[in-house]
Amino acid sequence: MSGFGKYMIFLGSLFVRRESFATYYKLVLEECIQIGINSALLFILVSTFIGAVTTVQTAFNMVSPLIPRFVISQVVREMTVLELAPTIMALIYAGKIGSSMAGGLGTMRITEQIDALEVMGINSSSYLVLPKIIASVLMYPLLVILAGVCALVGGYLVGTVAGILTPTEYVSGLRFSFNPTEISFALTKSFVFAFLIASISSFKGYFTKGGALEVGIATTEAVTTSVISILLADYLLANLLLR
Amino acid sequence: MIKIKDISKAFGDKTVLDGISAEFDKGKTNLIIGSSGTGKSVLLKCIVGLINPDEGRVFYDLRNFTEADKEIKSEIRREIGMLFQGGALFDSKNVEENVMFPLDVLTKMPLDEKRDRANLCLKRVGLENSNQKAVSEISGGMKKRVGIARAIVNNPNYLFCDEPNSGLDPQTSILIDELIHEITHELDITTIVVTHDMNSVIGIGENIIFLYKGHKLWEGNHTEITHSGVEELDDFVFANKVMSQMRKQ
Repeated sequence: MSGFGKYMIFLGSLFVRRESFATYYKLVLEECIQIGINSALLFILVSTFIGAVTTVQTAFNMVSPLIPRFVISQVVREMTVLELAPTIMALIYAGKIGSSMAGGLGTMRITEQIDALEVMGINSSSYLVLPKIIASVLMYPLLVILAGVCALVGGYLVGTVAGILTPTEYVSGLRFSFNPTEISFALTKSFVFAFLIASISSFKGYFTKGGALEVGIATTEAVTTSVISILLADYLLANLLLR
Repeated sequence: MIKIKDISKAFGDKTVLDGISAEFDKGKTNLIIGSSGTGKSVLLKCIVGLINPDEGRVFYDLRNFTEADKEIKSEIRREIGMLFQGGALFDSKNVEENVMFPLDVLTKMPLDEKRDRANLCLKRVGLENSNQKAVSEISGGMKKRVGIARAIVNNPNYLFCDEPNSGLDPQTSILIDELIHEITHELDITTIVVTHDMNSVIGIGENIIFLYKGHKLWEGNHTEITHSGVEELDDFVFANKVMSQMRKQ
């Protein structure tokens, strides 16, 4: 519980003694590039393959001739929008971006770079962490949309090229009984996950004590705690928003 | 002038500083010396506010820093320059950007002016041709000099140096010491240096306090230190073979 209290105080400290808007604008832009652009390729690759594999495995399990083929793409759509794009990608995002945030801040802590900021009269947590959280909340939903599109395209390519279903069947499956609320659900989840990953990872990195070994430990803790909090938040949000 | 009064600090059961009082004069190179683990760096961190003392107060030109609110502390800190033991340079920035950093964040100076000021400081520390180098490309001594340039770029009133000679060869150590000493007099600022290097003590120690097991045992200057009559200080000063031979002569 003391850890949670410290985390809440840490979040509060991000909003006091802030620097100028121009300073944050530049930092947020740099973080957006770091988080968004530099992660896009990984997201495209992973989601395309997940979409393709989901299509193949769904087709493999649908052995009854009574089930129309377009159901395959309907299943792919549901899985992609509800879980694969926002949640599974969040686990990958925690591994890539969360560990980078914790490692970077941990190294800054042990090499006294954070102390140097404090001595200059700069609120180091606000200066270093707030831009990361803002950039994460801005970029992760875009990455989720990209991942969703890529997964559906991956499924389409494999489904049609391998002759599992025709292009018309695939598209009609995507459109069949589509509920737009699912998109807003996925985006809500992506905002929450982005905040959790950035804030937890930064928190773990910012309070690193010791040397290189402790930076490694902080990085591992950041990813583990982020993943657990994503799964908990996923369950809570599903209960809250899908009932 | 910086004044500290009855500073005490303990970590758990271990008392690191026990009621330390001292005055550090403006325009002088003030040294805090002592063996490893005597609380020198902790005292320095208490003075700059990186660690809160359990008891006691720190005054910057009569301004009570310890009991000031965050805004006032922030204002005082903007008058501080600090050289850290490892340099504490930002890895993501090159040499010039590191030196310009305090001006970027703390002032509204135009870019050209900031660049001129940074280059002036780099020239002052003898690094006029290293502006675009990455931090990873420069040596330990150069990192210390960049650290000094960054510390003085904002025209500080107070300069703090934590073990400026650690990890440096004797010649570079002397250069760094002389640089700190010259800058203190040029800018007429209050400088506090934490060190256990006897070359620094003899070379630049205008006002020295000696810490031993968390207590202040002695205060004086570099001419008085060799005949202080304090046994613990003598053990510290003459632990060096050269100093020991000088004593015998």
